[in-house]
Amino acid sequence: MSALLEVAGLTKRFGGVTAVNDCSFSVEQGTITALIGPNGSGKTTAFNMITGYLKADSGGIRFDGHDVRKPDPARLYRAGLSRTFQQARIFPELSVRENLVVASGFGWADLFGRRVSGRDRASANETLDEFRLGALADLRAADLSYGQRKLLEFAAVLMSKPKLVLLDEPTAGVNPVMIDTMERHVRARHAEGVTFLIVEHDMQLVMRLCDPVIVLDRGAPIASGKPAEVQANPLVVDAYLGA
Amino acid sequence: MHSLIQALILGILTSGVYALMASGQTLIFGIMKVINLAQGAFVVLSAYLSYSLLTAWGIDPFLSILITTPVLFALGVGIQWALLRPLHKDDAAELSLLVTFAVALGLEGLLSATYSTTFRSIQPGYENFSWTVLGYQVNAVRLFAFVLSLLMLAALYLLLQRTKFGRAIRATVQNPMAAQLLGVNSRLVAALGFGLGAATAAAAGAVFGIITPFNSGSHYDLISRLLTIVVLGGLGSIGGSIIAALVMGVGTALVSALASPIWSDFTFFVVLLLVLLLRPQGLLGAKIRGAL
Amino acid sequence: MTRAGLIRAAVFFGLLLVMPFAIGPQWVMNLLIFTIMYAGLASSWNLVGGYAGYPSLGHAAFFGVGAYSVALIFRDSVGDGYAPFFVLPLIGIGAALLSVPIGWIAMRTRADVFAIVTITLLFVAQSLAYNLRDLTGGAQGMGVAVPPFPIETYTWPFYYAMLVLLAVAMGISFYFRRSKIGLSLSAVRADEDKAHGVGVHVGAVKVLAFAVSVGVVAMIGGVWAFYIGFIYPAFAVDPLITIGMVLMTFLGGRATLWGPVIGAFILVPAQQFFAYQFGASQFYLLAYAAIFLIIMLVLPRGILPTIAGRLSRWRLRRLGDVPIPDVATESDSEALAGQAADSEGKAR
Repeated sequence: MSALLEVAGLTKRFGGVTAVNDCSFSVEQGTITALIGPNGSGKTTAFNMITGYLKADSGGIRFDGHDVRKPDPARLYRAGLSRTFQQARIFPELSVRENLVVASGFGWADLFGRRVSGRDRASANETLDEFRLGALADLRAADLSYGQRKLLEFAAVLMSKPKLVLLDEPTAGVNPVMIDTMERHVRARHAEGVTFLIVEHDMQLVMRLCDPVIVLDRGAPIASGKPAEVQANPLVVDAYLGA
Repeated sequence: MHSLIQALILGILTSGVYALMASGQTLIFGIMKVINLAQGAFVVLSAYLSYSLLTAWGIDPFLSILITTPVLFALGVGIQWALLRPLHKDDAAELSLLVTFAVALGLEGLLSATYSTTFRSIQPGYENFSWTVLGYQVNAVRLFAFVLSLLMLAALYLLLQRTKFGRAIRATVQNPMAAQLLGVNSRLVAALGFGLGAATAAAAGAVFGIITPFNSGSHYDLISRLLTIVVLGGLGSIGGSIIAALVMGVGTALVSALASPIWSDFTFFVVLLLVLLLRPQGLLGAKIRGAL
Repeated sequence: MTRAGLIRAAVFFGLLLVMPFAIGPQWVMNLLIFTIMYAGLASSWNLVGGYAGYPSLGHAAFFGVGAYSVALIFRDSVGDGYAPFFVLPLIGIGAALLSVPIGWIAMRTRADVFAIVTITLLFVAQSLAYNLRDLTGGAQGMGVAVPPFPIETYTWPFYYAMLVLLAVAMGISFYFRRSKIGLSLSAVRADEDKAHGVGVHVGAVKVLAFAVSVGVVAMIGGVWAFYIGFIYPAFAVDPLITIGMVLMTFLGGRATLWGPVIGAFILVPAQQFFAYQFGASQFYLLAYAAIFLIIMLVLPRGILPTIAGRLSRWRLRRLGDVPIPDVATESDSEALAGQAADSEGKAR
């Protein structure tokens, strides 16, 4: 196994608060890695820096064997690094299918082509069917429920055929059926060779889905390993209980 | 060399007035994220008010500020309450920009209906008085205006730093949600803040009217200068806009002295583009953003 | 294009094509020329202000660039009178190229900054028009040579030129909607950061929309100068022209194909009526400001989207007992609302 993503010494300060502090970890090819930690431990901030949404104060990122000098969300996305957001950011005025097409990573020349070409339609429908969203393809995304939006965002960022997908709390605020659905889709894509890095608060889900688990506290990893090992680690218990 | 230093003096003195106008603009942007395109029209309105107070009752323009400031404050609160508050939240930013543009147009129409479009200037009798210091001309009105602007800015600073209202404003600028949770009445702060921003235009207007001939259309020129200053200073930073006003005042005077006044506006547009290119956050943006 | 859409466009342009043969009075012809001109301007503004959600306040600067270009080239003679129309594409391309660096810088940050830079550009352009006297004649203005068109049909070439430019603007607008340019612009308008994050070339589409938009506006400005025959800085680079485009687009409905046109066909005649009624420009300004405020406060979404919204709600009520689509995910009644809203979206 080799590291698909390596983060070294990542640091971010907001005013006097250090959100991410000299944070280093790596995500091995072919894993479903969990990134957990108490609220405010810097998980989302780390996500934002890895995906180029936020500029790091210091530290380096290596993705797919290349150093990422100037992390740019668009370039990273095209290079195979996708992400979703905690609050499910979709394009409400576009149809469900168009939400997938717009995220397909089309090039300059395609800009002048049809809004949804035959090929776009076919590949979007394939993914929509996989996610059982086919019946909703022509609806406005604004009219989906919250859980469906999360599913849609996940489906959309798969359109670029990513190597690594970062999911930020994929099951927060959705019903139990949707949690199972989400888990099933992660497993299915994982079986096809996609690597995942997941921030998640549902510990049951983390324990049965993820390996390894990395625990962040105050902006830096304090433990990592198999779910059971991490669960037994006294440092982790302390961090969660706020000792 | 002599003319350069003379231009420098003129530029510094003039920049005080612009700093005052721009600080109101910045305040409004900071609190409500609204770009007030009517700020220039507020200044011109105040200039006309001071002009009328002088010609009708002989009230000195510097004294008339005591009357015009509350008037403009009330106008600002009224506009915020009646026109900006009801806007739909989703496109509030875009719509408020256009609403303030409409207010500017309305004021322009009102003023040209009342005063016609001939250029006026406020002439209290001492407008041309100046001292000669070391061979350089220091115009009395511009010096007064500069000092007045500094005093007003200091008052604004104290208001923001030392009063409860000021704290509410600063909290709103930094984090509107948190401020609301802490019991700040954000609607009231928005209305009063807009009023305060308009009130700074009142003080600036009297001075503007003495040093520059104006008519109802002068607000266009003013607003483009003010907006340049506000962007240069980093949207939302009063300190930044004061520095930007100084840079702009001195720069305009120098370009006018060295080349010609024709190119001073153009120069500033190019400077604006360059700053946006190199420092998109403005001269003092980001770092002290929200610090006001 | 749907059949209904095709028929709508055919009827609209067909009617406008035969209009000059049907109408007698010169003032009606004049009013129509200005209405079509503003419909074209608003449709162009909509490309960037509507689809991209970047409200430009500086389009009048490019209108002025087009107007002064025609005036400068054809100050002394126009030959048979048709040459200016053939030079227009070059003027459009020139203006578009000029706008690229400005757009690229001004659109890097946010819509606020873009609005500020463009409004500043407008006043810089106006001040240059006033002050570069050797080139523009300053406040005295400058004339364009009078073409030797026959007196009975003198206005016809201008009318048809404006009509062609309206068709161009609407054609581009239609093309945007049907291509990935429009798809990308919608994404930019909704959530630019997210769009960037899923690999959309946000910078390129924004600048493209801006450049195409001001290119068409400059061409319309060129026809305007030729038609008017004498231009002044106060009218060629007029904030009211910008306001007109913005207002008409807002009234009819942003980011729609027909909205800007509907806005123009309502507002331009109304505007002429006010000008005729009140004469003096100050009341005219006041009336304009009042209409402006009323639209913003009462009809912020514009006519077409408001009607579409009503329609979809009405349809939803009729659809009341249609079964919810069978999906394995959470089923919810909102899906139904979307179905109605979507069929409305296609109708647009």
